[in-house]
Amino acid sequence: MRHEHVISAKQFSRADIEAVLDRAADFAADPQAASGHEGALLALAFFEPSTRTKMSFETAIKRLGGDTIDMGPVEFSSVSKGETLADTLRVLEGYADGIVLRHPMEGAATMASEFIDVPLFNAGDGAGQHPTQTLLDLFTIREEVGLDDLTIGIMGDLKYGRTVHSLAQALTNFDTRQHFISPDSLRLPRSVRYDLHEQGAQVREHEGYEEILSELDVLYVTRIQRERFPDEDEYHAVAGKYRLDAETIREYNEDLTVLHPLPRVDEIAADVDDLPGATYFEQAHNGVPVRMALLDMLL
Amino acid sequence: MTQPDTELRVSKIENGTVIDHVTAGEALRVLAILGIDGTEGETVSVGINVPSDRLGRKDVVKVEGMELSQDEVDVLSLIAPDATINIIREYEVIEKSRVDRPESVVGVLTCPNTNCITNAGEPVNTHFDVLDTGVQCRYCETIIRENITDHIET
Repeated sequence: MRHEHVISAKQFSRADIEAVLDRAADFAADPQAASGHEGALLALAFFEPSTRTKMSFETAIKRLGGDTIDMGPVEFSSVSKGETLADTLRVLEGYADGIVLRHPMEGAATMASEFIDVPLFNAGDGAGQHPTQTLLDLFTIREEVGLDDLTIGIMGDLKYGRTVHSLAQALTNFDTRQHFISPDSLRLPRSVRYDLHEQGAQVREHEGYEEILSELDVLYVTRIQRERFPDEDEYHAVAGKYRLDAETIREYNEDLTVLHPLPRVDEIAADVDDLPGATYFEQAHNGVPVRMALLDMLL
Repeated sequence: MTQPDTELRVSKIENGTVIDHVTAGEALRVLAILGIDGTEGETVSVGINVPSDRLGRKDVVKVEGMELSQDEVDVLSLIAPDATINIIREYEVIEKSRVDRPESVVGVLTCPNTNCITNAGEPVNTHFDVLDTGVQCRYCETIIRENITDHIET
């Protein structure tokens, strides 16, 4: 992979993606075989809560023989004294061989990459991008149904959902038909539509999922994220709009593979978990080999 | 010798800039871009909907005592892509150039996305890439298509 920083899914070529996924497959087959990064230190700078992303990065570097240093909660860091993000990261780059950044503001990772020389891994910047999540999403889809001749539905919060933005852009590298399912107020942002149009992606938009469910190989469900809404009324207008249950899947498409970046709230009923296509926990587990691959290739 | 009709409509200037071939109706936006509102005492002449062989109708802006910087010309190009810039010294045109659409503009526009990192007090300039129709923030990727001049940094 030729990129020193992992900032946005827009930077990935098909070859980049396949290189990471192939390496991830090696690690998934034999996680104990990984080594060669003894002593490597990865700084975790999480300005927002995270469970899966943070812990999978921690697991990945430890599987590779390295370790982490953790900035800890924002309220106990120098950020609470008014330090800029740029300064915080310039300090951390002197301590670590790579930095994982999660930040609530869009563009934080792009800006950060201008201030530091060690590899930066964007672990989510506001409603912007989440490129490492996308790589594990793609890994999961490739394992389940393959990445070419794919019909995928992406449903939920398409406006504020950073995993959606990254995934949609990355999928333009493959032969895919993308169906976007959301309330009108949560449609894809203009910038993502622009990118998809520029890439000549096959895209359709829907307000209901039943009308398209039978055509899909994969349905990627996202949570309506209360924390991203600037207006509480806007959130309540769409909260609970979509709820996928086992009966619906059996009725429309028994072969459907269901993904979700997690955490879920009520958009996927618990009875879906027992269906063979419920893949979201495997998807979460795949975060480790995929992030091992990224760290192995860039540190 | 007869002066061209457009020249007669507004007086010649001794030193400064004439921005010609501005898209008809955009002259006041050009002044907004340049931050010219007359409070500095500068002499400004504006022609709006002036007949033009090339454009049919055009606007003309003449500003005494001011030469445009490249940043200003770059932003100007976003709303007046056909404009020509004439630098005047001692009543003579000493430099005449067309505006070129730049690939990007730096430190000129404010990102309208309040959650963009460029609005967070970080030591970073705004940076917008110029698209065929509009501009896009290089940081948060927000696209501005309408009323670009509303976002000029003050």
